[in-house]
Amino acid sequence: MRGIRVRLLSSRRRHPAAKALLLVFGLFMMGALYSVIAPPSQVSADTGNSQQIQEGKALFAVGCASCHGLNGEGQTSGTIQGPPLAGVGAAAVDFQVSTGRMPMAKPGEQAPVKPNRYTEEEIAALAAYVATLGPGPAIPEPAEYDPANLSAEDLARGGELFRTNCSACHNFEGAGGALPNGKYAPPLIGLDHKRIYQAMLTGPQQMPVFSDEVLTPEDKRAIIGYLDSLHEQPTNGGLALGGLGPVSEGLWAWIIGLGGLICFAIWIAAKGAKAK
Amino acid sequence: MAEPAATVNDETAVQAQTPKKELGPVFKLASGPTKWLDDRIGVAGLGRPFLRKVFPDHWSFLLGEIALYSFIVLILSGIFLTIWFKPSMAEIEYEGSYELLRGLQMSEAYASTLDLSFDIRGGLLLRQMHHWAAAVFVAAMLTHSLRIFFTGAFRKPREINWLIGVAMLALGVVEGFAGYSLPDDLLSGTGLRFVDGLIRAIPVIGTWAEFFTFAGEFPGELIIPRLYMVHILLVPALLLGLIAAHLALVVYHKHTQYPGPGRVQGNVVGYPVFPVYAAKAGGFFLIVFGVLTLMGATMQINPVWVFGPYNPAEITAGSQPDWYMGFVEGGIRLMPNWEWHIGSTTWSWNVAIPGLGLMGLFFGLMAIYPFVEAWVTGDKREHHVLDRPRNAPTRTAFGVAAITGYALLMLGGGNDLVATQFHVSLNSVTRVLRVAVFVGPVIAFLVAKRICIGLQRSDRDRMLHGAEAGVIDRAPSGKYSERHRPISEGEAFMLTQHEDIPALLPATDTDGFSVKEIKREQRRRKATRFYFIDTLRRPTRAEIEEAAHHHMHAMAIEGDGEHHAIEPEPVEEHPLAK
Amino acid sequence: MSDDTSHGQPGTEVATVDEERYPVPDPGLEEHLPRLTDVDKNAADRATRQVATFFGLVPILSIGFVVVYFAVPGEAWVDFGPLRANSRNLLLGLTFGLALLFLGMGAVQWARKLMDDEEMIDYRHSAASSDDDKNYMLTELDKVVDESKITRRKIIGRTLLAALATILLPMIVGLADLGPWPTKKKRAETIERTIWAPGVRVVQDVTFAPIKPEDIEIGQLINAEPANLQELHGSEFQIEKAKAAVIVVRMDPNTITIPPSREGWQIGGILCYSKICTHVGCPISLWEQQTHHLLCPCHQSTFDLGDAGKVVFGPANRPLPQLPITTDAEGYIVAQRDFLVPPGPSYFERDSRHDSP
Repeated sequence: MRGIRVRLLSSRRRHPAAKALLLVFGLFMMGALYSVIAPPSQVSADTGNSQQIQEGKALFAVGCASCHGLNGEGQTSGTIQGPPLAGVGAAAVDFQVSTGRMPMAKPGEQAPVKPNRYTEEEIAALAAYVATLGPGPAIPEPAEYDPANLSAEDLARGGELFRTNCSACHNFEGAGGALPNGKYAPPLIGLDHKRIYQAMLTGPQQMPVFSDEVLTPEDKRAIIGYLDSLHEQPTNGGLALGGLGPVSEGLWAWIIGLGGLICFAIWIAAKGAKAK
Repeated sequence: MAEPAATVNDETAVQAQTPKKELGPVFKLASGPTKWLDDRIGVAGLGRPFLRKVFPDHWSFLLGEIALYSFIVLILSGIFLTIWFKPSMAEIEYEGSYELLRGLQMSEAYASTLDLSFDIRGGLLLRQMHHWAAAVFVAAMLTHSLRIFFTGAFRKPREINWLIGVAMLALGVVEGFAGYSLPDDLLSGTGLRFVDGLIRAIPVIGTWAEFFTFAGEFPGELIIPRLYMVHILLVPALLLGLIAAHLALVVYHKHTQYPGPGRVQGNVVGYPVFPVYAAKAGGFFLIVFGVLTLMGATMQINPVWVFGPYNPAEITAGSQPDWYMGFVEGGIRLMPNWEWHIGSTTWSWNVAIPGLGLMGLFFGLMAIYPFVEAWVTGDKREHHVLDRPRNAPTRTAFGVAAITGYALLMLGGGNDLVATQFHVSLNSVTRVLRVAVFVGPVIAFLVAKRICIGLQRSDRDRMLHGAEAGVIDRAPSGKYSERHRPISEGEAFMLTQHEDIPALLPATDTDGFSVKEIKREQRRRKATRFYFIDTLRRPTRAEIEEAAHHHMHAMAIEGDGEHHAIEPEPVEEHPLAK
Repeated sequence: MSDDTSHGQPGTEVATVDEERYPVPDPGLEEHLPRLTDVDKNAADRATRQVATFFGLVPILSIGFVVVYFAVPGEAWVDFGPLRANSRNLLLGLTFGLALLFLGMGAVQWARKLMDDEEMIDYRHSAASSDDDKNYMLTELDKVVDESKITRRKIIGRTLLAALATILLPMIVGLADLGPWPTKKKRAETIERTIWAPGVRVVQDVTFAPIKPEDIEIGQLINAEPANLQELHGSEFQIEKAKAAVIVVRMDPNTITIPPSREGWQIGGILCYSKICTHVGCPISLWEQQTHHLLCPCHQSTFDLGDAGKVVFGPANRPLPQLPITTDAEGYIVAQRDFLVPPGPSYFERDSRHDSP
């Protein structure tokens, strides 16, 4: 029987359909191989907990659909605009909603941070629903964003990464900075590790995306660890004066330095109380 | 007790003079060494003109001292820093105690600055003292020059001292820039990058100037050592020479004084150098030193470890130079993007005009102002009594306009911080300021001039009607009025001590002059009119007497109170009347 | 009274009788009023105690400084309200600063309260020299010129002038090696070229990890360098980095304008631009992923990376240079060649006609 089968294939190797079949077979193999070895940068469209997804869909209809459309398809014209949400991923939803940025109270250049009015379960439900709209970054695990046990070298590398990728918008101290036309890069002081990670991962609003393939989870952790250490350490020289650099320093030099010395000068040259 | 001078040959011996007074213990102790010095360099003769020199006492005369004393603090703290700082751009790996930079590559300059900040006891204190002193030094020089400007102390014979002062201000700014660039950190390195671009953009000679400054391309390896030489040798030497000349001229001309009773052109009233002035000045030096030290102890400045070592591919949001470069920074940010591309050449007006032009404009205007005003007033006499700013309204208004322009430019230099702190659009701030730097000074000029004239009017009122006495009268008719009492003679003299400079009409008697000379004189008179036509004239003696007579007369008819001054019965002068 | 003024020297003025100049006559120096400490013994004693206290605290503070210097460790820090600072720095500064301050305040208080405060009068002299001095100088200078014999032997003067003028030449020329001369050839070797070359990989800054296009998402920004930068060190490293630093951005091709000449410079919406601002050279990475605008934080020049890097706001004039990229055999992003125009700030000899596509 074996011999007959082999002869079957090899005797048909010059069949006109052989090339086409071989091509299809080759493509199939490549695709299968790729899907096995390529790292999942995005979680595939989640089929997850369907109850949670239903909840999420209901919450979405109430809180998000007016800007983002009932199916998250987005609205890019008219006064109320919201980008399409296919592919933003659960991480983006978790970030935007837990920081209170979404839902936006009113349309504007930038969504400011405000108190969040959703519970954790509700946010998880929303995230699960939006994740079904298209593959996107998943909510990261603590192992990815928790900067515990980083060595001094790791932290120093985190500092270099921070100053190369982040300080241009967020300032050397993470005190924030200006963007064109009324937008701004918010301060990074006292922020949750998970949120920082998610912001880098999803690139909220004008912030660029820093995907895990390029800025690896180790890199991101190093940056978060650096920020932690930076903000924990004392301001060695004294009062921080705002952390805004030479502008605030100049202001205080005038007010306290020159102003204080002028007060002393007035005291020195003042004619004191007279006897009569 | 007479003692013969110890010399080899008795015939040529010079007899020492005995002091007549009985000496206290301190002087007894010092008399030996003092005699030793005096025999060799004649200290008594040297000290004589200075021991009891008179300096008038006013707080605004101490601004220059703040600058001088901060400079001394800079030198002392600077010497300390040079003991540990390494002015080298050679790359090493950091091995000091600041954990967050452990193992990174950085220049020796930056590493030694970190060592000073973390591993050398007192190093951080001195670094911070040094930097605060630099900021206060330039601020004090600027404030001092404003005092000189607004009181007209730059007039003859002090024009040279004014120019020396302008030069010192310019050198101080350069010195500060060189100094804060030495640690080679990210923020100051970015500033150096800006200066590299600025030098490069100078038309015609730009690349040559750039290559000569940086010994090739930016950043190279020589700029920090070169700036170090400038910072610790060249500019301090120039500054010390200029300070010596500046103080020598103040001593020679004697200090100016504010108008007041007994204070006239020909004299100077104040305290003698020893003991009062020396105690106050010496004490003030220690106070300045102390305040700067306390600032260095409690207020963080220039935390280079947070900025990181200089890396030409790194930057921070909110990159600003130290405050005294702020106006140039503003000019550079607000400037529209004008550049000419003519053939294969590029003329970068967007960089050259604010970069070089603003500095030139600022220091140039400061330098020529005394000569412009002298030409306008035609005044060739010496001036030793200061002007009260209100009595020179146009000069004061020019000064206020200049301050306004400077302040708006500085605001432009921080436009991104304005945007984030006040939640406005960065682009709008820039656009508004582009217009405001021209419109603002004009409005400030007009407003300041009117305020001065208003103050002159109130002075005139005080002269003619006296000061409000705080006593309200009610006339039988029911009218309320406040009693006035005449001001003291001293104050009256002070209010009328300045000169009225006439606003000249165009010259009519032009015989015997060339056309060029006539044109020049007419232009000068036009300028004089612009300067002085709105200035209030002082009341004449006749007007003063008439006003006093009128008030006495009014009182005789049982003064009806309408804000006429009523000559009260003789009251003793209020103790606080000046 | 006020007759102290009539010295009749140049520059002085007579105060009392000149009605026009002084409508109110000079009443002379005000009467000197004694201070409280001059008449009241208790006040004087109190002032003395104040001065002595100021001075007396100084040795305590100075010794305190020494104690802090040796006793307080460098890692200690103090947490007090808004102040979270290094203890040693704070305490060293407080002790030394207060010591100086009290010493100064003591001296000032002594002068203000206890030293005699009678004001003295000194008389001014004209700033100009006396006629006597001027005449002496003029006559003697005449003699000096005569004695030098220069007027009779004019050639001495002329050759001296020429000599003095030219003796400065060696000193000025001696500075000519301050830096290399930026001739056309030198510029081509330095500021007009970078280390980018065909096939040089675009790698992430800091980690130097190579990049594949499929790892980049729309809206992503990567701060990047040429891979061969790693081979350099020290000042060479800094010099080349200052010209070669780039950013890689990915945008949705449907939302951007790619000029026809640059179709081949990008990979499906992934573009590579110079990171160095064309204004005065600051590195830019403030990118807005939705507007595609790149903002330089130094002076707010804004470039539209979705439109060939052209300037949309701010003082920069020239668009941001674009680096043509492609992928190599292993699928990593590489440069096709060096920049077509010199990146970085303008200079006079720069031919800026080819910056826009």
